[in-house]
Amino acid sequence: MMEDLETVGSAYLEASRRHARRIVVCAGTGCMANGAMKVLAALRDEAGAHGLDLETELRFEETRERDGLLTRSGCQGFCQMGPLVSVEPDGILYCKVRPADVPEIVRETLLGGKAVDRLLYRDPATGDACRGREQIPFYALQDRTVLKACGTLDPEDVREYVAHGGYQSAAKAFRQMTPEAVCKEILESGLRGRGGGGFPTGRKWELARIQAEPRKYIVCNGDEGDPGAFMDRSVMEGNPHAVLEGMMIAARAVGAQEGYVYVRAEYPLAVARVRRAVADAEALGLLGDDLFGTGLPFRVHVMEGAGAFVCGEETALLASIEGQRGMPMPKPPFPAQSGLFGKPTIINNVETLATVPLILARGAAAFKAVGTAGSPGTKTFALTGHVANTGLIEVPFGTTLRHIVHEVGGGVTAKDGSADPAGFKAVQIGGPSGGCLTKAHLDLPMDFDNLTRIGAMVGSGGLVVMNQDTCMVQVAKFFMQFTQNESCGKCVPCREGTRQMLALLEDIVEGRATEETLPLLETLARNVKLGALCGLGKTAPNPVLSTLEHFRDEYEAHVTRKVCPSRVCKALMTPAIEASLCKGCTLCARKCPVGAIAGERKAPHAIDPGKCIRCGACVDACKFNAITGA
Amino acid sequence: MEAATATAPGRKFEKVVQILDAHQRDRTRLVPILQAVQEEYRYLPEEVMTLVATSLGIPPARVYGVATFYSHFALEPKGKYVIRICDGTACHVKGSQDLVDALQGGLGLGGARKTTPDMMFTLETVSCLGACGLAPAMVVNEDVHGQVSPAVAIEILDGIRRSEGM
Ligand SMILES: Cc1cc2nc3c(=O)[nH]c(=O)nc-3n(C[C@H](O)[C@H](O)[C@H](O)COP(=O)(O)O)c2cc1C
Ligand code: SF4
Ligand code: SF4
Ligand code: FES
Ligand code: FES
Repeated sequence: MMEDLETVGSAYLEASRRHARRIVVCAGTGCMANGAMKVLAALRDEAGAHGLDLETELRFEETRERDGLLTRSGCQGFCQMGPLVSVEPDGILYCKVRPADVPEIVRETLLGGKAVDRLLYRDPATGDACRGREQIPFYALQDRTVLKACGTLDPEDVREYVAHGGYQSAAKAFRQMTPEAVCKEILESGLRGRGGGGFPTGRKWELARIQAEPRKYIVCNGDEGDPGAFMDRSVMEGNPHAVLEGMMIAARAVGAQEGYVYVRAEYPLAVARVRRAVADAEALGLLGDDLFGTGLPFRVHVMEGAGAFVCGEETALLASIEGQRGMPMPKPPFPAQSGLFGKPTIINNVETLATVPLILARGAAAFKAVGTAGSPGTKTFALTGHVANTGLIEVPFGTTLRHIVHEVGGGVTAKDGSADPAGFKAVQIGGPSGGCLTKAHLDLPMDFDNLTRIGAMVGSGGLVVMNQDTCMVQVAKFFMQFTQNESCGKCVPCREGTRQMLALLEDIVEGRATEETLPLLETLARNVKLGALCGLGKTAPNPVLSTLEHFRDEYEAHVTRKVCPSRVCKALMTPAIEASLCKGCTLCARKCPVGAIAGERKAPHAIDPGKCIRCGACVDACKFNAITGA
Repeated sequence: MEAATATAPGRKFEKVVQILDAHQRDRTRLVPILQAVQEEYRYLPEEVMTLVATSLGIPPARVYGVATFYSHFALEPKGKYVIRICDGTACHVKGSQDLVDALQGGLGLGGARKTTPDMMFTLETVSCLGACGLAPAMVVNEDVHGQVSPAVAIEILDGIRRSEGM
């Protein structure tokens, strides 16, 4: 029997009112890697030593007033500044907290009610200390909706989720709405899948709903194999109940009885948190044989992936759940018609599912009010690379790249991490399926359709900022190496095509390319795109085509002049003489066929890069290993 | 199926049988079964794969096919400490190759050699740990380290060696 949601919620709120303060330590992967749990333990001990009475697990049955609740949250998005500790109601957010900082926090803040200035974030633009999130540009410039509860709620306490309105949307779907009405609401909201393709979620659900087959499945795709993406991880770690609630609503919409969450094995914390969420929801009678008193069953299993990127592709993912090699199958039939064990199956991305309860709670119209006409709502992005504030962000669709990189991200950085205001070169979006955005795209409103139009794609939402020191050919080669490794090998265009493309890219960066290389690479890219069976192969050429389009001169410099303009490709590096090693023997200058080397006898020589043809003769000639590069 | 279990030589396979039982010998649960076996042995010994195949009533080739398809399954034993360096986009851009070079040097590994002869360390690259905000990242068994420089990587390695009395 399910406990009444209102009772659970109000009991939680009642219990939390007993606490004068709430101290939240971020327990996402990033902060834990930087020692957040040690900070939490130190806070508990130090507060105790000062006679402060902190509770670490909220207990319903207690009535005693306490000095505070010491709790944890999922990733708050600002991992680079972690470990993060927030103190409410003081509105304080501390950054980079070490256990050694804890005595001061206890003394000044918990006992004295003052902020510790040196632990506050400093706005790099003004140098001012920011007390809380409202003052920190990184947060203030975002629109955190799906991620809102991520980083405030305790992901391991179902009652807190319920107290903040959790599972109300699922209750509404089961008690007050027909499956048809649920599908219609989601269709009307215009929600498009966040897993990359942007397919309308309502259309997919409707297709599964109308299947006559009585057994159906809901699968949550938590594979997130794109290198450079971690938003699904953060949602599973930080707000796992929202994902479960989304699955319950999907189950109602299509009439499914069973569900799977497929999480990649590299995410042990996400696996543990989702497992715990399932167990807690079952214990409360939310999941089980009788959802919300309707007599309808829904159960959820958690399955760990085993390290294959292609398993993020929906048909491959289903094969993997069935205990087979995770190889894609041709579509149609679509999983919504015939999926897991041959039954109609809905596969949705983590973020898509976490968005669904918000739509039912606020209505399709409110959801559509944010974002662009064709891409409503917000999108989370993993902002990484050469940018001041790396982390997890969420902005409405239609936001410009300029806003993301220069405002939210705090601008481009140089190799050593210092600010480099003029350093912007490109942003790679969508990982191995995506493309590059350049200076010309800084003011383009980013949404599904605009990005597709310019040969990029939202993909999973990885945004890698690249500065002038990045070689775009190397970037293309990096992604091609990735897809070549991850190709499942089932079809020839992908298996062999990516291998040949990689070989051509290697020729380019190693200086072996001829005038035929680029046209050949382009033709091959087009053919792989056309001929591959699944999305992996079909999109694998995108990074190459996109860099060829926007940075063709860079490719040409590699091919015709054998120069890497960003000075990254070692094989093409202009030779240089290390003055401290050069004895001034003049041997190299005499060997140089084009007279590019000059210098006085017994004094360090120098190479004129404009004249040098990179023949390498000088490097071989020098007996003192004074010449590097070439 | 019964016979295979009964003839399995004693203790060595006891744990495997337990794992099979826990998964109701359900052949659709092959991946989680192999995961549990690997957890136990740290790799998938050939004879165990054969036992799994007979117990589930599927050809050994199918088990082998699944085991070789997924990168997490190891057909050879790994070291006590598995060091995985992320070479995802964010980490790559922030210099993960330097970490690989430093650790390969520090461990005397390179080329096809991924495990030290004393079976203490295995060095691998992975394609994103989901801690990209802290790039470059590396994981030692389950411990994630962020913003690692080559010097820090060597320090971590030395720390493990000290704790092992090496
Ligand atoms: C090679 C490949 C990898 C994919 N990886 C993922 C993934 O990690 N997560 C995900 O949600 N979708 C991934 N997708 C897309 C899924 O196949 C599917 O379209 C998506 O899960 C549908 O969910 P949505 O409609 O909510 O976006 C991948 C597709 C391909 C071709
Ligand atoms: S396109 Fe590549 S990954 Fe997809 S089925 Fe073909 S070989 Fe496998
Ligand atoms: S590489 Fe060739 S051209 Fe350049 S300095 Fe050496 S010898 Fe002269
Ligand atoms: S893990 Fe703490 S902010 Fe991301
Ligand atoms: S790219 Fe290294 S953790 Fe994601």
